[in-house]
Amino acid sequence: MGAAPMAESHDVLQEPAWVRRTLIALAALAMLALVVLPLTMVLAAAFAKGPGVWLAALREPDALSALKLTLFTAAIVLPINAIFGLFAAWALARFEFRGKQALLALIDLPFAVSPVVAGLCLVLLFGAQGWFAELLQRHEIKILFARPGIVLATLFITFPFVVRELLPLMQQQGADEELAARSLGAGAWTMFRRITLPNIKWGLLYGVLLCSARAMGEFGAVSVVSGHIRGLTNTLPLHIEILYNEFDSTAAFAVASLLAGLALVTLALKFWLEARHGDAIAQSHRRH
Amino acid sequence: MELQLRNLSKQYPGVAALDDVDLDIASGELVALLGPSGSGKTTLLRVIAGLLHADSGTVRFGDIDATQLSLRARNVGFVFQHYALFRHMSVAENIAFGLRSRPRRTRPDKATIARRVHELLQLIQLPELGTRYPEQLSGGQKQRVALARALAIEPSVLLLDEPFGALDAKVRVELRRWLRKLHEQTGQTTLFVTHDQEEALELADRVVVMREGRVEQVGTPSEIYREPASPYVFEFIGRANVLAGEVRANRFEARNLRFDAAGASDGAARLYVRPHDLALAGGEDGIPAQVRALHRLADRITVELAVVGQERALELDLIDRADVCVPDIGEDVRVQALRYRVFPA
Repeated sequence: MGAAPMAESHDVLQEPAWVRRTLIALAALAMLALVVLPLTMVLAAAFAKGPGVWLAALREPDALSALKLTLFTAAIVLPINAIFGLFAAWALARFEFRGKQALLALIDLPFAVSPVVAGLCLVLLFGAQGWFAELLQRHEIKILFARPGIVLATLFITFPFVVRELLPLMQQQGADEELAARSLGAGAWTMFRRITLPNIKWGLLYGVLLCSARAMGEFGAVSVVSGHIRGLTNTLPLHIEILYNEFDSTAAFAVASLLAGLALVTLALKFWLEARHGDAIAQSHRRH
Repeated sequence: MELQLRNLSKQYPGVAALDDVDLDIASGELVALLGPSGSGKTTLLRVIAGLLHADSGTVRFGDIDATQLSLRARNVGFVFQHYALFRHMSVAENIAFGLRSRPRRTRPDKATIARRVHELLQLIQLPELGTRYPEQLSGGQKQRVALARALAIEPSVLLLDEPFGALDAKVRVELRRWLRKLHEQTGQTTLFVTHDQEEALELADRVVVMREGRVEQVGTPSEIYREPASPYVFEFIGRANVLAGEVRANRFEARNLRFDAAGASDGAARLYVRPHDLALAGGEDGIPAQVRALHRLADRITVELAVVGQERALELDLIDRADVCVPDIGEDVRVQALRYRVFPA
């Protein structure tokens, strides 16, 4: 390998040059056809009638309200999942307890279950015929077809991201530094603030980024519990679907481009994180 | 500070990690916990530190019963096998951590902490490295920084888990002599865990040999080496030749061999003798043997000897020096045991 020209290298671990080139070309082609092209088409369709129309579609009150609801949901879901994800990862990485394996399996459940099923679970719990129906009615609390339902559905769907990111990282780093801090006289809070958190902060941020990308894009579970009330309980993905179903494709693509833009910003941040702090997150990264 | 351990027991599923351990460590002593893996030495160290709790028994630091005290309250300096330096802090910040983490009332001011860090950097002979980060240090340097960090809190005892385990052979020898000197300087009561008998014998004032969760023997390195209390200690501490036979009327007999064994009780027995405690004898004295093979090592030659009536060959060490004559393979020789121990079989 290295200095020798590729075609002449006789490295037994290397496939012949034509195989390698074909595989790379195929991969690039697939990426182009399946990812880049559709995204470009979305942008092209969004701007098909000029930037004025694009802007108008975004400034439409229902679109703005959908954007606000999406950001509002993310703003609640991210800190909650960050904190509980951190707790869960800590418990799983640092303690031995009965039922640990079961808990590990449960954490992956939101990835395994279809989002629609997740939404239906909430309906079963909080719907008019649900378990908590009476209690909720008595106190006039609305969960379904309102913001709490959307937040709950998104919380459920995005819970695994932070845990899955932190758990392997904390397992790899081990508890020795934390124990050393304790033996040096640090209290639990000092240990967390000065040892645990600095060691996992990039992994945590990475998990939160993945979580936010999914939280803003979630469709299935939110669709079940939202009720699709325009200007009230529509998130960006739901709003896009409504516009599309009403054959207002320019507006649909305009809003879609906004959602894609949010995703691209997240992706860019993720790349920057990987480039800058690759070591700290490499361990967990291979799982995604 | 002196350390008193009484009836410590700890059970892991299926095995007794500690089985009724009693031990007294005097103030200022440097003590090695020696044993193979699984002998309970690391468990014992962790119980003393408060990283683990024993199922029963007590740990006392001086007048204080520390059995129920938390890791944090025990004020022990614990040096982890892989150092566990805080990777995102500089060397100076690592060393200052313990002092900075104190509650506000007892926390020294910044200037005092800085001075203390400076002193400790001098003590570990790395005065220039305060601003480095752990990943920029060699193994030996990390070890010394971990020591300084533990010493900064003025611990009641210093506990080291396999302190030289992760270092290469040359650094290991250097560092253990350095640690011996440091101990003489600070007078800090120190316990360290090791599976390397050479390390234990060279470094420690006293050696605690452990086996299957129990203390097998406690003594100075000379006592442990010269008067091992059991075949286990004898074989663990160095190479051993074993002769099978029996004791009758204060004599160990095996076929035509006879050795003085005053004080040994009658019955089947084994005689243990180290290869360098065997010598080639002139004349008609000693054990008749035949040279089977010669093994050359850097500074010695090991002679393998067949003895009539013994299954295992004896090994005899010769120093490779100009005035030592080496027998030939197949030559009949006579061998004398200069120092040996007899244990009931």
